[in-house]
Amino acid sequence: MRIDAAGIHYRQLNEQINEAVDAGETEFVLDNVLGHRYIGAGLRDGVHLTINGIPGNDLAAFMDGAEIEVHSNVQDGVANTMNAGRIIVHGDGGDILGHSMRGGHVLVRGLVGYRCGIHCKAYEERLPVMVVGTTAGDYLGEYMAGGVIVVLNAEDTDGSPVGRFCGTGMHGGAIFVRGEIEEHQLGAEVTVEPVGEADRDMLEAIIREWSMAFGVDPGRFAPEEFVKIFPRSSRPYGKLYAY
Amino acid sequence: MPNWLIEPDFVVERDPDRCIQCEVCVRQCANEAHEFDEELQEVFTDSTRCVGCHRCASLCPTDAISIRPAELEFRPNENWSAQAIRNIYKQSEQGGVLLTGMGNPEPLPIYWDRMLLNASQVTNPSIDPLREPMELLTHIGSKPQRLEFSGGETPQLETTLGPQLELHVPVMFSAMSYGSISYNASEALARAANEVGTYANTGEGGLHEDLRQYAGRMIVQVASGRFGVDVDYLNSGAAVEIKIGQGAKPGIGGHLPGEKVSADISATRMIPEGTDALSPAPHHDIYSIEDLRQLIYAIKEATRYRKPVGVKIAAVHHVAAIASGCVRAGADFVAIDGYRGGTGAAPTMIRNNVGIPIEFALAAVDSRLREEGIRQDAGLIVAGSFRCAADVVKAIALGADACYIGTAALVAMGCHVCQKCYTGRCNWGIATQDPYLTRRLNPNIATRRLVNLLESWAHEIQEIMGGMGINAIESLRGNRDHLRGVNLTDRELNVLGIQMAGE
Repeated sequence: MRIDAAGIHYRQLNEQINEAVDAGETEFVLDNVLGHRYIGAGLRDGVHLTINGIPGNDLAAFMDGAEIEVHSNVQDGVANTMNAGRIIVHGDGGDILGHSMRGGHVLVRGLVGYRCGIHCKAYEERLPVMVVGTTAGDYLGEYMAGGVIVVLNAEDTDGSPVGRFCGTGMHGGAIFVRGEIEEHQLGAEVTVEPVGEADRDMLEAIIREWSMAFGVDPGRFAPEEFVKIFPRSSRPYGKLYAY
Repeated sequence: MPNWLIEPDFVVERDPDRCIQCEVCVRQCANEAHEFDEELQEVFTDSTRCVGCHRCASLCPTDAISIRPAELEFRPNENWSAQAIRNIYKQSEQGGVLLTGMGNPEPLPIYWDRMLLNASQVTNPSIDPLREPMELLTHIGSKPQRLEFSGGETPQLETTLGPQLELHVPVMFSAMSYGSISYNASEALARAANEVGTYANTGEGGLHEDLRQYAGRMIVQVASGRFGVDVDYLNSGAAVEIKIGQGAKPGIGGHLPGEKVSADISATRMIPEGTDALSPAPHHDIYSIEDLRQLIYAIKEATRYRKPVGVKIAAVHHVAAIASGCVRAGADFVAIDGYRGGTGAAPTMIRNNVGIPIEFALAAVDSRLREEGIRQDAGLIVAGSFRCAADVVKAIALGADACYIGTAALVAMGCHVCQKCYTGRCNWGIATQDPYLTRRLNPNIATRRLVNLLESWAHEIQEIMGGMGINAIESLRGNRDHLRGVNLTDRELNVLGIQMAGE
């Protein structure tokens, strides 16, 4: 199903999609998308959206299994509290991408803004994976409770590919960064190590997935080039109180 | 820990003539205040461990136990109270933030007690609710500014109404998560809400699979940790509430310690077993009213505009402007929690010192929304220590649509307000996850007691309304003419928008 989003309100656009999904439609191409919010909110397995144009905030909020491919940049709040599914962004991502995400994969070709992956969490078979093509802003993975964030630094940017306060309050999951990262950029709750054997296969699989999505040679990124940022404790505030 | 630092709050006295050494008290006290000495074949008591919950005294078959406040008095000092001194002993020993449970116990003014209600005398007749209809039905949600009807013989309503909650009693159960309270307590609240025709609020801990059958009468909460929140959860409840703040701890997040994250709670919150459940202080996707609007509409989209979506805030300075912002952001209801609101765990300093009384917050918010002409756009729910039906009537006359009760509901189930919820060792089986303790709360009995409480309050509300000559709660709502103040300054009367008694 092809929908021309030009000139229509997000509510009409999303209603058209929802009604068509209820009727059994699974393939959508949305043209002329321009700032329409909440596309894919709560959408479930088996639905595939191709978005031409720039979707608005909260793309794929609460999404539960659908797949979205965006041929452009995206705005803020992509994959907010997403449960499952896959998002491919052929451009840059905005702020708070993957906020409280519990599952699914988000692959971004370019950079992402501030506060991405905040409080993303894993549960049983659900493991959120967020891959950033180039660089990420401050507060990456703040309060992170589970899941995996990978920063590929594909353009070998000068300096560190991540900002400050990386992993502040982190108490689960892991962030893999290709490139340099200094102590002052990190939250007090995390520590850094080279990528060990235990993580190698997983990291390689994630790199392959991103590379295939964007037609890049996965050989460009060797696991040895990455560092792993992970929490010192799963109970950072266990000794905060007097009883 | 050296003994001199632990000063008992209570003295537990055992009458040796009555005690039959049956050890009921030993088994009942999760704080291990009672101990059976095998050698001496006698029960001994360590008063320093007593929290004053009365479990042992209530169950002692021979009434052998009495509990008194500790007589170990410091030299009288209005400034350095015993509590202030003991807190310093505790903190200098442990080096941590003081933690507490339940609502603010400090001797701060309770303004409900300074407002009195009206009744009819001579000039208009009072109504007997036992013989005449007395309507308590309340709808919470956005109301249209005007109604449009089609013409013709039988006019039909043409205006589309937004989704509404329908309450048979204007009292709902406040947000209490499964985690802060036991499964049996959660089940009793959910079942009682169904039976009476009101709503229970899940709190931020998700909705247990087995409780989904009651979800038609439940409000599901979305808090900063987003625990247990997915599209099924959002669509399972009757309404969705975004929790921004809580009266007992405005402005701070929450930490459910890993010890309390059992297998069942881990499944409900969708986090790994044994990990800390940390709720950040803010929602990191909400840094402004515009951002709040974005989350409200994200939830409306995910629930396809079929559920009211509300916002819960703590009563703080400028609450009227904040509430106005929430309404303009698209909230179908705003819940305001006053500074006496309860909690399972909060830092003592925050609970006792942050926020403002719900009475002022409610009056200010209702007035502000009316002035701005947007009062009809959202329901107004108030929380923060409603102890009886009269408090509820006063709140509705001051402008609320309904009240949330938390502590009152727990007390109905057996809570003795010992303020130790945060220890997870609730002897009454309410604020605990220990299976040995949770079994003590029978969900059938607890449900019946909650239903009894709401039905008795409903009847009292009807009696008070009848006395005023009012036969529908809609006519009482925001009808401040039925309130008069005593022991209030001019400024207080002004903020409350009521007249002095005698005027």
